[in-house]
Amino acid sequence: MEKYAIYVPRLVKKEENFAPGHRACIGCGEALAIRQAFKALDNNVIVVNATGCAEIFSSQLPLTSWQLPWIHTLFENTAAVASGIEAAYKAMRRKGAQLPENTKVVAIGGDGGTSDIGLQALSGALERGHDFTYICFDNEAYMNTGVQRSSSTPFGASTTTSPAGKNSIGQFSWKKNMPAIAAAHNIPYVATATHGYPFDLMAKVAKAVATKGPAYVHILSVCPTGWRSPTDTINRQSRLAVQTGVFPLFEVENGVYKMSVDMPVLRPVTDYLKGQGRFRHLTEDTIALIQQRVELEYRKILENVKHGSKAAKTQG
Amino acid sequence: MTIKTGIEVSIALADAVKMCNPDVVAAYPITPQTHIVEHLAELVANGELDAEYVPVESEHSAMSACLGSAAAGARTFTATASQGLALMNEVVYVAAPMRLPIIMAVANRALSAPLSIWADHSDMMSVRDTGWIQIVVENGQQALDNTIIAFRVGEDQRVLLPVMVHLDGFNLTHVIEPIIFPTQEEVDKYLPKNRFPLPLNPDRPVAMGDFGPPAIFMETKWAQQVNLVNSKKVILQAWDEFDKAFGRKYMPVEKYHSDGAKVLLMTMGSSGETASVAIDEMRAAGLDVGQIRLRLWRPFPFEELREAVKDADVLIVIDRAMSFGGPAGPVASEVKSALYNQAKKPKVVSYIISLGGRDTTIDGYKDIVKKGMEIAAKGSRNEFEIYGVRE
Repeated sequence: MEKYAIYVPRLVKKEENFAPGHRACIGCGEALAIRQAFKALDNNVIVVNATGCAEIFSSQLPLTSWQLPWIHTLFENTAAVASGIEAAYKAMRRKGAQLPENTKVVAIGGDGGTSDIGLQALSGALERGHDFTYICFDNEAYMNTGVQRSSSTPFGASTTTSPAGKNSIGQFSWKKNMPAIAAAHNIPYVATATHGYPFDLMAKVAKAVATKGPAYVHILSVCPTGWRSPTDTINRQSRLAVQTGVFPLFEVENGVYKMSVDMPVLRPVTDYLKGQGRFRHLTEDTIALIQQRVELEYRKILENVKHGSKAAKTQG
Repeated sequence: MTIKTGIEVSIALADAVKMCNPDVVAAYPITPQTHIVEHLAELVANGELDAEYVPVESEHSAMSACLGSAAAGARTFTATASQGLALMNEVVYVAAPMRLPIIMAVANRALSAPLSIWADHSDMMSVRDTGWIQIVVENGQQALDNTIIAFRVGEDQRVLLPVMVHLDGFNLTHVIEPIIFPTQEEVDKYLPKNRFPLPLNPDRPVAMGDFGPPAIFMETKWAQQVNLVNSKKVILQAWDEFDKAFGRKYMPVEKYHSDGAKVLLMTMGSSGETASVAIDEMRAAGLDVGQIRLRLWRPFPFEELREAVKDADVLIVIDRAMSFGGPAGPVASEVKSALYNQAKKPKVVSYIISLGGRDTTIDGYKDIVKKGMEIAAKGSRNEFEIYGVRE
């Protein structure tokens, strides 16, 4: 196992598609996750970027951090723009235009651009079956505009529009289950990943992009600014999210669920919550409620995995 | 050989698009543009048009898909109307400064509320300042011709701008007219291949749509203005060469018995044809009346307008949209602005007519001219007049 850990990093290419020198905050998990994701890919990729942190910190005129063809238009239309590019390549290639081989379209957006304002366009693109990959870099709030809640903000987190107060526990609703929404479109590939598990992340992104048809990867990206956590703990936070069951890592291939990192015993959620200022105000009762919910959701996925392996066996 | 066919204008427009050989058509259905994209879907389904037809889930996504498609270097078409155009609005703004030659037919229709599916120009006015080239047509033949012209102008390397072809909903889209079709060879000769200079391509990575800090933003906006104004030369040239190739001449401001006329009626869109009949009858009755028709809405043809009205005493401008609480109809406001600093200028009377599909008849136009002349002579308490409304 130790040898494997030494060997695997050597397989990662040195070349960067996402150059250093961008303007992300110190300790940005999203910038790290983007770098990992695009390291997993060759250069035959067109990137479509929703408005959000990544777009702002990588593209200020007249500079760019992208070594790939890259386009940003608006907040909510990323999946639709990607649809248009994919359709254009299909038509132009069919008509004999000289285009690079095997060009893939990768759309990226934050949790707001994905689970809130861009959900309609994403749903439309997934339903129409365009051959593209959508990656959501989920830092669990509108970080770019100053830490306002999104539908992907976890229950109990204090943000500037769901502040904790005398009459408020912070975010009042449970995190929207985007991977399940994507999977409900019956697309060939859905996965969750986080930068604390870099090789898992890279493998999943590579797999998603190689998939024919729509693929969706949901990547938890720690935001020390918005999470009120120390900047040197982003990978620890990312791994704790997985180890506590708050953010399970799994794949859904053609409807079949598979756990990527199985936790025989989940660590208590407090291990994850206590390192983040956004949860500082939570009472023991609320934490117990979160613990309950996390276990319930985790069991649901395990059930799906069990069902999936049964289905795979009967098919196989 | 050219053929004259009796055909619904929407179908003819779609056939014109087919002859331009687009790569991508993305659209969401909205009345009254539906027949255009339905026919294109049919042509693709039957293998008569080799294009990707993307049936998107909203107009916002229709324009977004077009944006992606044009950025990838593909020839791109869509159509919309009214609320659809309003929903697209955000993306419509993006297409022009990104220099993406998307061609869009707008079947002009009133904006809600109250809900109306019939023609007026309120949707057109809602996108006035989006930076698109905007051509307004009066009949089916013009719709077909200017669709072909739009591809040539928009994709010209000196222009690279999106183009709207405005045609009035129902009054044009749903009527059957005798239309002369060019042959495919003629269209191929007139319309060069799309050569988008820097498309999204992994062999040559470019960044599009970056964010512009205050240090650079204003320069980009000024560049956009210069670009749009300069496109007029190319539009005129394209119209000129269209005339040479097909024998039909288009001008930014078209004149109808207007030279030397003391009273001018200015129209835009399909109402111009009914107005022309009224002008004929008034001239036969000895009135010194002429008509001018605005064909090019953006870039606004200042010179041509000033030249066309220089000898007139009265200019009655017909609008099919309101500017609530404003100085006049939107077209009349622009006309007034264009003439304000001229030493010699006609008195401008603003008339709003035919909102939400209300008919204005030949007698109506005669009435408007008569009342307009009275207002020019005696003045009015109103900033603008609304015709035929029951108060």
